Amino acid sequence: MLKDITLGQYYQEDSVIHRLDPRVKLVGTVLFMISLFLFNNLIGYGLAALFLFSAIKMSKVPFKFMVRGMRAIFLLLLITVFYNLFLTKGDILWQWGFLKLTKQGIEVAVYMMIRLTLLIIGSSLMTLTTTPNQLTDGIESLLSPLKIFKVPVHEVAMMMSIALRFIPILMEETDKIMKAQIARGAQFESKNLFKKVKALVPLLVPLIISAFRRANDLALAMEARCYRGGEGRTKMKPLKYRGRDAVAYVVMIMYLVALIAVGIFTEGSLLKILGLVA
Amino acid sequence: MSLIKTKNLTFEYIRRDDEGNVEGITKAVDDVNLDIKQGDFITILGHNGSGKSTLAKHLNAILYPTEGTVWVDGKDTNEDEYLWDIRQTAGMVFQNPDNQIIGQVVEEDVGFGPENMGVATKEIWERVEESLKAVGMYEFRKHSPNKLSGGQKQRVSIAGVIAMHPKCIILDEPTAMLDPKGRKEVIRAVRALNDVEKVTVILITHYMEEAIYSDRIFVMDKGSIVMQGTPKQVFSQVEQLKELRLDVPQATLLAYELQKAGVKLEDGILSKEGLVEALCRL
Repeated sequence: MLKDITLGQYYQEDSVIHRLDPRVKLVGTVLFMISLFLFNNLIGYGLAALFLFSAIKMSKVPFKFMVRGMRAIFLLLLITVFYNLFLTKGDILWQWGFLKLTKQGIEVAVYMMIRLTLLIIGSSLMTLTTTPNQLTDGIESLLSPLKIFKVPVHEVAMMMSIALRFIPILMEETDKIMKAQIARGAQFESKNLFKKVKALVPLLVPLIISAFRRANDLALAMEARCYRGGEGRTKMKPLKYRGRDAVAYVVMIMYLVALIAVGIFTEGSLLKILGLVA
Repeated sequence: MSLIKTKNLTFEYIRRDDEGNVEGITKAVDDVNLDIKQGDFITILGHNGSGKSTLAKHLNAILYPTEGTVWVDGKDTNEDEYLWDIRQTAGMVFQNPDNQIIGQVVEEDVGFGPENMGVATKEIWERVEESLKAVGMYEFRKHSPNKLSGGQKQRVSIAGVIAMHPKCIILDEPTAMLDPKGRKEVIRAVRALNDVEKVTVILITHYMEEAIYSDRIFVMDKGSIVMQGTPKQVFSQVEQLKELRLDVPQATLLAYELQKAGVKLEDGILSKEGLVEALCRL
């Protein structure tokens, strides 16, 4: 189960998307996320899905791999859909107690589901095609203006990349501890939620202790390799925009323009799309 | 010329109980004098808790002596201004390969050290290439470390240290978590470094088989150095090693038992091949 979480993992492949500058991918992902909230109709979602799936196709990452990552967040998705489905005010189609199934509810729920699915797949595409080091470099470079305000940009970026690197290791460890505890009679499968949470204690305590030990070891190893913060550090892979990055930016702008055009065509005005007028 | 020198090196740590009250002082390293020459292959042996890892951590300024002095390449490790020079001169490889690999791709991890030192981009790539080739991991440069075997991961860690162009590599039980195959891989890589690149190696281990290739062996017990000499000298004292709860290589043990039974064999046979040869000569 734990191996299924693909969020934050890197998928080794040699593709155009992999070779893009991480800044392009970061900006692209953020733009894509924003774009998902710009409209509320099927044509828009179709366009977004088309954009996303052509990017996936180009990345050569198997689609199955991404869907597998979705499974872990499926519950969250379900809860969101449930809330929207039954707790949206509108024309009542069916009622049971305080649960009201409304026409608007169905509409919002379906849109929310599509929106979240696209959002999650979109962001996992970025982490799957960008190594944490590149991601760090990208974030560091994009946020570097904040250094003027004494924000420790490099340190934060480094922390993020290390956290990402240790996700698979800690996952494996969780699996191991779980098996060890099951072998000693621990029961993780229980229908009672309270019991279930309590059963997690013998799993979490060793995991947290081990995480601290690892952190300590890693800090030592980093210092032994002369790590002393961002100052005076050079880059093995300095970020340099290339032709393909410019092309990617152009494609992104075209996507946004197309979306807005679709929006104007279906909803009437730009202001309405941006939610500035009702 | 001596590369690493320690004089009366002592390290104490204070034991505390749960409330933080001082319970007592433990001398982890007790009056150690070392003199290690450039190009040497040194092994430090000792059972758990003998202070060998604590000693190693002094040699690249991770720990500082309570008493005495450590000089690395003529620089006192107590002087803050030399800290980074020392860590670059004496690189360190740790026990757990998972906890010392920072990069998510092999080549990025090897480049981490040179990046920290401020080496120019072009040179980083050259260094990464040459160090990965030196440990035979060049073809894995684009792989994720998570997918490598323990021995391969440890070779990547070694490459990460070599890329900093150290004069000396300290390996703190690098094979303790590996299977026999991985152990062989790592030891082969370390020996090649010493032979070909003339890097000084300080290997800390409790596997006797790994010690037989070294120029000199130091045996530690309770923080002090209790035996030292060439592998032949050290391993011919089987009784004393047993007292220190250390094994001897199997071939040496067999030769020793044969000697006791009356077979006239020379002292200090270290390898299977050496034993076969000596037996054939009888």
